Amino acid sequence: MKRLSRYRRHRAAAPFLLVLALLAIGTTFNVASATVKQSPSSYARTAAIDEGKQIFLKGCSSCHGLNSEGGAIAPSLIGVGAASVDFQVGTGRMPMADMSTQAMRKPPVYNAEQTAALAAYVASLAPGPAIPTDSVLNYERDGNTAEGGELFRNNCAMCHNFAGQGGALTQGKYAPTLMGVEPKYIYEALITGPQSMPVFSDKTVTPAEKLSLIKWIKAAENEPNLGGATMGRIGPVTEGLLAWVLGLGVLIGIAVWLTTKAR
Amino acid sequence: MTTAEQRLGNAANFVDERIGAAGWVKKSLNKVFPDHWSFMLGEVCMYSFVILLLSGTFLALWFDPSQRDVIYDGVYEPLKGIKMSAAYASTLDISFEIRGGLLMRQIHHWAANIFMAAIVAHLLRVFFTGAFRKPREFNWILGILLLTLGFVEGLFGYSLPDDLLSGTGLRITSAIIQAIPLVGTYVSFFLFGGEFPGVGFLPRIFTLHILLIPGAFLAVITIHVMLVWYQKHTQFPGPGRTEKNVVGHPILPVYMAKAGGFFFIVFGIIAFLSAVASINPIWLYGPYTPGQISAGSQPDWYMGWLDGLVRMSPPLETHAFGHTISWNIMIPALIVPGIVFTGMAFYPFIESWITGDKREHHLLDRPRNVPNRTALGVMSITFVMVALINGGNDIFATNFHLSINEIMWFSRISIFVLPPLAFVITKRLCLSLQRADRDLVLHGLETGRLVRMPSGEFVEVHAPISDQKRFILTSHEQAPALEFSATDARGVKRPGAIKNKVRSRLSKAHAVGLPKVSAEDLKEIEHH
Repeated sequence: MKRLSRYRRHRAAAPFLLVLALLAIGTTFNVASATVKQSPSSYARTAAIDEGKQIFLKGCSSCHGLNSEGGAIAPSLIGVGAASVDFQVGTGRMPMADMSTQAMRKPPVYNAEQTAALAAYVASLAPGPAIPTDSVLNYERDGNTAEGGELFRNNCAMCHNFAGQGGALTQGKYAPTLMGVEPKYIYEALITGPQSMPVFSDKTVTPAEKLSLIKWIKAAENEPNLGGATMGRIGPVTEGLLAWVLGLGVLIGIAVWLTTKAR
Repeated sequence: MTTAEQRLGNAANFVDERIGAAGWVKKSLNKVFPDHWSFMLGEVCMYSFVILLLSGTFLALWFDPSQRDVIYDGVYEPLKGIKMSAAYASTLDISFEIRGGLLMRQIHHWAANIFMAAIVAHLLRVFFTGAFRKPREFNWILGILLLTLGFVEGLFGYSLPDDLLSGTGLRITSAIIQAIPLVGTYVSFFLFGGEFPGVGFLPRIFTLHILLIPGAFLAVITIHVMLVWYQKHTQFPGPGRTEKNVVGHPILPVYMAKAGGFFFIVFGIIAFLSAVASINPIWLYGPYTPGQISAGSQPDWYMGWLDGLVRMSPPLETHAFGHTISWNIMIPALIVPGIVFTGMAFYPFIESWITGDKREHHLLDRPRNVPNRTALGVMSITFVMVALINGGNDIFATNFHLSINEIMWFSRISIFVLPPLAFVITKRLCLSLQRADRDLVLHGLETGRLVRMPSGEFVEVHAPISDQKRFILTSHEQAPALEFSATDARGVKRPGAIKNKVRSRLSKAHAVGLPKVSAEDLKEIEHH
């Protein structure tokens, strides 16, 4: 006891107590929130919707409106569904960094939990496409690569390029590369049609066909470079450049060397 | 004489008594070729053509040009069970199941790209040095013919595998054919054997690609080279080099060794590229069906400028008497290339008409000494480059985060603005270079060494240039511009006054240049 009172007035006592208090609160919060996750009751869902609403009011409402009704610069979010929010926020496209031609992929601003809360809130406004579950996304089991390739060339290659490398659209807009995109986001993009992309409803491309598409895209991603260096898989432009620079350029260099006069 | 020499001599004698070409061979082997790196560009063309023939023969052994439908059942998993043409399936088999097939395909395609690049480089060398002047005008036209054949042959080769990219190219080809007024649709139906894609086109262009055009190539190349042989090679000016001689190495042994070695270097570079860099990965494109297309579909580089012209042309169409005239295709894809190729073919005659120079020329021009021609060349290159950039507009847009519309508008304006600008700038640059040459002859090289004179004045020491260099800088001739009087001696207006006026104005523009250093100038400077 005597020892405690001796250090009571120590210089480091106050900061030490502060850190201790913060740690205690943090731990308590973590344990509490962990229990929320473990039991998704209707109460918890309501809590997530409430949390999502708070995040929405802070981060999204300035463009999308206080009631998600949309505005001059942003669309209404009523009825877009959880899948759309999960795609836009999860890939970092929303919130937009600047109002340029197109929202681009970047590190997400909100973590998984906040994104889920936002999705729950937007989904609560009106029914819309839901986030596909892992059991739905088993493309390895349910997909067919060759069929996926055929579907890809019919529906996707005109914008995303034959190998999913992305391509140009009008006025600076573009179809992004599909390499390295998580299966969940590909699926969500198909059912929600973000930005310039059309919606591929389950009637036009069935869920099974969507999985085939994902399987083909993943196969293209892991496709070994059979012919050597690919130079971006963007076709004859880089091939022509290489033919001039490494082909003819080197040959001219050698011709200069061959015709140099002996000294 | 050793027995070995005797035996060889006997054998040679045996052959000569039956062929009788010893005299010709001896004369030919003593033929002299001048040495300059740019004279080897034509060799690159010839060697890559040989490589194309060899690798193409290999591919033709396995390729099936048929457009009949087959279900793919080969080793490439992502296409298994897909319906495709036999042409595409056999190209997949060449790539994956024939030993060395993929390497051969890549050698064939890389060689084609380098072949066309070398032709263009060779053409530019001949143009900028004035090697096309009399007596070589016919050979120039043969060269243009080879370039044109190369375009067609390349397009056919690109189309044969029947992958998605091939088909897209053919679709554009059919559109261009249909844009020919009146007969276009008939010609298209005739060539494709029905509505696009038809069933007959691939087998037909296969025959052209492997038989007719290579045959034409061989014939024209032979004449092209024989003419160089017969007319002798041009040479750059230098001491001891005249319009009547050729200074260089005889064919045997030095030139032959160099040229022979160079073939293997060309082969080596092409084989190396083919081994490390993928070209036209048809298995990724998938088979062609008219309903599909890939973003960023591009032709091979030598067709890119035509594609770019088509991409920048505004949507103009006329409907008259039940016919549609598609100016948007006809102007960029038929009229402009027509003007470009015809203009190129006739350029030697146009230039000699402007200068009035009808003499033979075996000594080459230094590009700066003919500013007008050099500027015209750079202007043409600028035109093609702007079109080429627009041809890749979608690729540039995606990779550099640009707007495809802005690139198109940039090209639409630049195609008219930049070439004339390039002409003016190049002409000024040539004149500046002439001025620099003049300074070099008169004052010598700036050594960077400053010397203080007894009077206190600082001067930079100039080192005189070598006699050889001085000769090169002053040996070119400067022909005066043509002049025509509008009236004859009796004051009567001459016929063709407008033509003569145009001609004398062009001639005046052509003859612009700084007076070269004369002997009097040099004497005067020595007095200083």
